[in-house]
Amino acid sequence: MEYSFLYELPKIVWMLIGIAAFLGVIGLMLVVIDLPRTRRARWQAFLFHAQALLLLVGGIVYPVLRTTMLSFHDRSGEEFVGLANYLWMFQRPEILLVLRNTLLWVVFAPTLATAIGLLYAVLIDRSRFEAVAKSLVFMPMAISFVGAGIIWRFVFAYRPADQEQYGLFNQIVVWFGGEPRLWLLEQPLNTLLLILVLIWVQAGFAMVVLSAAIKAIPAETIEAARIDGAGAWQLFARITLPSVWPTLLVVLITITVQTLKVFDIVRTMTGGNYGTSVIANEMYSQAFQQGQIGQGSALAVFLFVLVIPLVVVQIRRNRKARELV
Amino acid sequence: MTTTPTAPVVAEAPGGTSRRPRTGTAAGRVRRRLSGSAAGLAALVIAVLWTVPTAGLFVSSFRPADQIRTTGWWTFFASPEVTLDNYRDVLFGSASDGRLASHFVNSLVITLPSTVFVLGVAALAAYALAWIDFRGRDWLFLGIFALQIVPLQMSLVPLLRFFSQGVVIGGTQILPAWELTGAMAFTNVWVAHTIFGLPLGVFLLHNFVSQLPRSLFEAARVDGAGHGRIFSRIVLPLIAPALVSLGIFQFLWVWNDLLVALIFTGGDTATAPLTVRLAELAGTRGEAWHRLTAGAFVSMVVPLAVFFLLQRYFVRGLLAGSVKG
Repeated sequence: MEYSFLYELPKIVWMLIGIAAFLGVIGLMLVVIDLPRTRRARWQAFLFHAQALLLLVGGIVYPVLRTTMLSFHDRSGEEFVGLANYLWMFQRPEILLVLRNTLLWVVFAPTLATAIGLLYAVLIDRSRFEAVAKSLVFMPMAISFVGAGIIWRFVFAYRPADQEQYGLFNQIVVWFGGEPRLWLLEQPLNTLLLILVLIWVQAGFAMVVLSAAIKAIPAETIEAARIDGAGAWQLFARITLPSVWPTLLVVLITITVQTLKVFDIVRTMTGGNYGTSVIANEMYSQAFQQGQIGQGSALAVFLFVLVIPLVVVQIRRNRKARELV
Repeated sequence: MTTTPTAPVVAEAPGGTSRRPRTGTAAGRVRRRLSGSAAGLAALVIAVLWTVPTAGLFVSSFRPADQIRTTGWWTFFASPEVTLDNYRDVLFGSASDGRLASHFVNSLVITLPSTVFVLGVAALAAYALAWIDFRGRDWLFLGIFALQIVPLQMSLVPLLRFFSQGVVIGGTQILPAWELTGAMAFTNVWVAHTIFGLPLGVFLLHNFVSQLPRSLFEAARVDGAGHGRIFSRIVLPLIAPALVSLGIFQFLWVWNDLLVALIFTGGDTATAPLTVRLAELAGTRGEAWHRLTAGAFVSMVVPLAVFFLLQRYFVRGLLAGSVKG
C-alpha cells in the first residue's frame, strides 16, 4: 500500500478542532468573567482556576489516593490483601534484583554524571572553544531517551567473531585482540552499560548548570588565591569546589530524581530483560502488561516514597541556587 | 505568599558569553598556562566520547543497507557511498518498515495541543493565584506547588481506568467511558500530558506573573478593565518570554516522552508517536539497523532544531523544568 498524506488529514483536522475548541472556551470564559454579574472576586478566581483544578484533582490528587489504595488490593483491585504486595516486593528474588538495579543506578548515574559535568565545565571554562564544546556535550539532553537508547545499542551491537564488527565497542575490543561479546546480555555488566547511557545524557545538564556557577565566582577571589601561590589543583579544591558546592548538590539531587524514574532507556535497550529491570519499568510491566494492578501500584507508591524527600530538599535548594546561578 | 517569588532560572545558555573578558584577568592567563595541554586533552577526550556515538549513527543512516549490515560505519570515510534510501523506506515504506512519516504527524498532533493546553490553563491559574484576592489562595498555591513531587507513575492506573471505564460510584455509572476512536483517540493523550505538565507550569508562570508591578493592574482597574481584559490584553503579552520557555520545555518533554504515550495511546499503532514506534521497532527488529539509524534521526530532527535555534530558551526551560516527571 502506497503511503499518502491523505491518511494524516483526519488527525490534523482533529488537532485543529481541539486547539480551536480550547482557545474558544478560554476566550468565552474571559468574556464571561468581565460581565457585571460575575464581578465578584470569588467567582472570578473560581473561573480562572476551574480547568486547572478539575485536571489536577481528577488527574493527580484522586489518582494518588486511588493508587495508594490499590497497592493494598489484589491484582484486580477488588480484594483487600493488606501488606501482601509490599511483602512480595521485598521477598521475591526477581523484584529484589529490580531494587538492587535501581540502587546501582542511583549510586552511579548521578555521581558520575555530575563529576564528569563538573570536570568538563572546569576544563573548558574560558577556553577559546567554550561555546562549541558546551554544545557538543549538552546536545544529548535534547534527544529522547529512546533515541539515546538506539544510539548506544548501535555502539554495543554484536556480530559473531568470524564476521566484521559494526558495533564500535566490539570493534575496539577486537582491535585490542579481544573476543566480541553480547554486552547487553551479560549480568550485571549490562546494567552498568545502561547507566552509562543516562550519564551520557545527564552530564550535559550538570555541565551547563555548574559552568554558570563557576562563572559566578568573583574574579578577585581567584586572583587572591593566585597571588598566594595556589596551583591549579589547589584552586579547584579550595576555591572552585566550595563555591559551586550548593549548586552541585542541586544538580546531584535533580539527576537522582530523574534516575529513580528512569524507564525509557531500559525499555529501548533491553526491554527490562536479562536482569536489567528497574522500579519504573517493573511498575509498567506489572500494571500494564501482566495485569497485576496491586503489585504495580505498590511499586509506584514505593517510587513515590523514595522521591519525596529528594524533591523536598531539591525545591528548597533550587530556590537558593537560582539566586546564585 | 509563603514562598518567596524567584525569577525563572537565569542560567547562561551554552552559547552565552562569559561575564568576564576572556583574556583580561591575570587569573585567566595563569590558568591557561598552567592547565595547558593536559586539560585540553582531557576535555577533547570527553567531547569526542560524547559526540562519536551520535555521529556514528548519523553517518550510518546515510549508508546503503547492505553496507551497514556488513561493515562498521568508520569504514565509510575510506569508501564513502551516500544514499537516502533508508530515510525513504523508514518514512514512507510499508507499515512493517515503520512508516514513520505517519508517526511523525502523530507526534506533532500529540505535542502541539498538549503544549497549548498547558500554557493556557497554567497562565489562567497563575494569574488568579497572583492577582485575585480570595480566601484560601495561599493554600491553593501550596497545594499545586506540592503536586510537583508526585511521580506520574502514581497517576497512570487510575487515569487509564477513567478513560476506559468512566466513573462508577457504588455501582452506578456517573460518567461514561471515553470511547474515542480514530483521530479522536488522541484526546486521551492530550489530557494526560496536560495534567502532568500543569503543576510545573502553574508554578513557573506564577513566579513570573507575580513579579509584574502592582501599579500596572491598579491603572487598568481604574480604567475599568476587568480581570478577563487585564489578563488577555496586559498580562499575556508581558509574560511571553516565560510562556516561550515553558512552551519549549513542555513541547520537548511531550515529543520525547515514551511512557505516557505508551499507556494512553493504548498500544494502537495508528496513534503511536515516533518514540513508541521506534521503541517497538528496536524491540522486534533489533538488528534492522538501516531502519533504526534513519528512524532515530527522524525522531531527533525536531528536538535538535529547537536545540540549535533556540538554545537560550531551551536551556532556561530545561533548567526550570528539571523537577518534572
